[in-house]
Amino acid sequence: MRLAAQGLTVRHGRHEALRDVRVGFDTGWTAVVGPNGAGKSTLLRALAGLCAPHAGQVLLDGRPLVELTPRERGRRLAWLAQHGDAAGDLTARDVVALGRLPHTGLFSTPGLADEAAIDEAMQATGCAAWAGRRLASLSGGERQRVLLARALAVQAPVVLLDEPTTHLDPPQQVAVVRLLRELSRDRSVVTVLHDLPLALQAQRLLVLDQGRVAAEGASGDPAVHRALQTVFGDALQIRQLEGTWVAVPRVD
Amino acid sequence: MNLSRTGLAWALALVTLFLFGAGLAAGSDGWSWPSHGVDDRAWAAIVGQIRAPRTLGAWAVGALLGLAGAVAQGLFRNPLADPYLLGSAAGASLAVVAVLALGAGAWALPVAMARWAEVGLVVAAFLGALGGLALTLLLARGAASTPRLLLSGVVVGVMLTAVSDLLTLASPDALRGRQGFLLGHTGYLGWDAVAWLLPGLLLTAAVAWRLSRVLDALALGEDGALSLGLDLPRLRAALVAVLALSTGLAVAHAGLVAFVGLVAPHLVRRAVPGRHGTVLLASAAMGGVLLLAADVAARTLLAPRELPVGVLTAVLGGGYLLWRLGRDAQAGGARP
Repeated sequence: MRLAAQGLTVRHGRHEALRDVRVGFDTGWTAVVGPNGAGKSTLLRALAGLCAPHAGQVLLDGRPLVELTPRERGRRLAWLAQHGDAAGDLTARDVVALGRLPHTGLFSTPGLADEAAIDEAMQATGCAAWAGRRLASLSGGERQRVLLARALAVQAPVVLLDEPTTHLDPPQQVAVVRLLRELSRDRSVVTVLHDLPLALQAQRLLVLDQGRVAAEGASGDPAVHRALQTVFGDALQIRQLEGTWVAVPRVD
Repeated sequence: MNLSRTGLAWALALVTLFLFGAGLAAGSDGWSWPSHGVDDRAWAAIVGQIRAPRTLGAWAVGALLGLAGAVAQGLFRNPLADPYLLGSAAGASLAVVAVLALGAGAWALPVAMARWAEVGLVVAAFLGALGGLALTLLLARGAASTPRLLLSGVVVGVMLTAVSDLLTLASPDALRGRQGFLLGHTGYLGWDAVAWLLPGLLLTAAVAWRLSRVLDALALGEDGALSLGLDLPRLRAALVAVLALSTGLAVAHAGLVAFVGLVAPHLVRRAVPGRHGTVLLASAAMGGVLLLAADVAARTLLAPRELPVGVLTAVLGGGYLLWRLGRDAQAGGARP
């Protein structure tokens, strides 16, 4: 496994956000799903090394994450925050360029390879057109695409994205799904997604409930679908439509 | 109004040059030049020993405060953070007062010992600035909430100033002559102060500029910066040290000068938004311009009487912020 959580327990004060989570991620796209408060974002933060587990550990290519230097970790794990927490007066390109910091370090200027990586990431998320605009002046969807480009610019083998489709309109959501599929050909992509129809486009689903793994498996696996329906209190049904799995709210 | 970086650099350079000229010409009886009948040697002494160091010193103090404000605003991701509002200036001031009160006779010491007293003052101001800032952050439980941060900064500022006042009352002989200084005063700045201020400015500006990418990364939030592989605790400590040293140096030599640290980065960011590398250096230059302009005004507005420059910056800076708040409220809550 490229990235693995071994018996991961994370507490926020007295609340146990994750309990003894054991899961591995190899090349491919895994969507982490579950109800609010299930521990999805906490799992992603723990996998990125951004919060210290109370018990257990995260392994990256077999090495405990805590043994890596911060810069090495930054080069090998790209992470996108849930709410696109970004402020200040940086331009969109400046923000995307931050993704090269783990490679250049603080004191070197970006080289040609770095500039190419920045251009490529901006092209991939379709935000090259507003490269010179301040982040604060962009709409929510535009900001999200810039922040996604920032994560892609790291060119890390493991990409952890918390709600990458937030604020995006349907065509842009589809574009991101295509991008994630493309990325997952040679990288481990783990996304937290609230939008179940989009999550069902991933190769694997990891269902979390109350900090525990309720199910994991291929996105077409009926056992995973049953677990999904259970954790959401039977408020949805999963059906196949023209060869694609879709989640439909059960209103009646 | 958006300018190019070069445009802003030229504008700041030209205004600075003009203000340096004004600073050399502004005296206790208004504007004065050699042609006014003053003896050449006397005029050279007045300019060389009084006006020139004061002008250069005022610019350097303003630059240190502008730099400290830009560092504070980037570090705490808060556009209202500045040395004055974060309690660090009040901490530095209290430390200076404490040193003065403890060594009440230090100002009558021989020159060699007085130099050591000045070292003690700068070190005390640095530690006081660190202490004031730490107290504010402790009270605010971090810097995440703007209202809590500002309220804590105000509370810490009031408390530390009250302790300073108590010390002043307890040791009136030593501190009577320093009252103006505590209101913010550039009249005491001589070449000995400039010898501290300019190297201090160069050092703090160089370190801040080298670490400016950390402030850029912090725009993504703490987790965002950590995910980029930055050793944030150490880097943040280095930036806090820059903030405390620049504040301490400014307060040790010119007392409490309000609002320069807050207003200078605001003016710069409105003119040239962008990376912190530019914002930091331009904020220092803008801070220098603002305090030098205030100093020239303080010298000449009521000549031959002189206003404490801190009073003038408080009135002008507060007025500017009130005007901005009003304008932003009309515009529907634009950014500060």
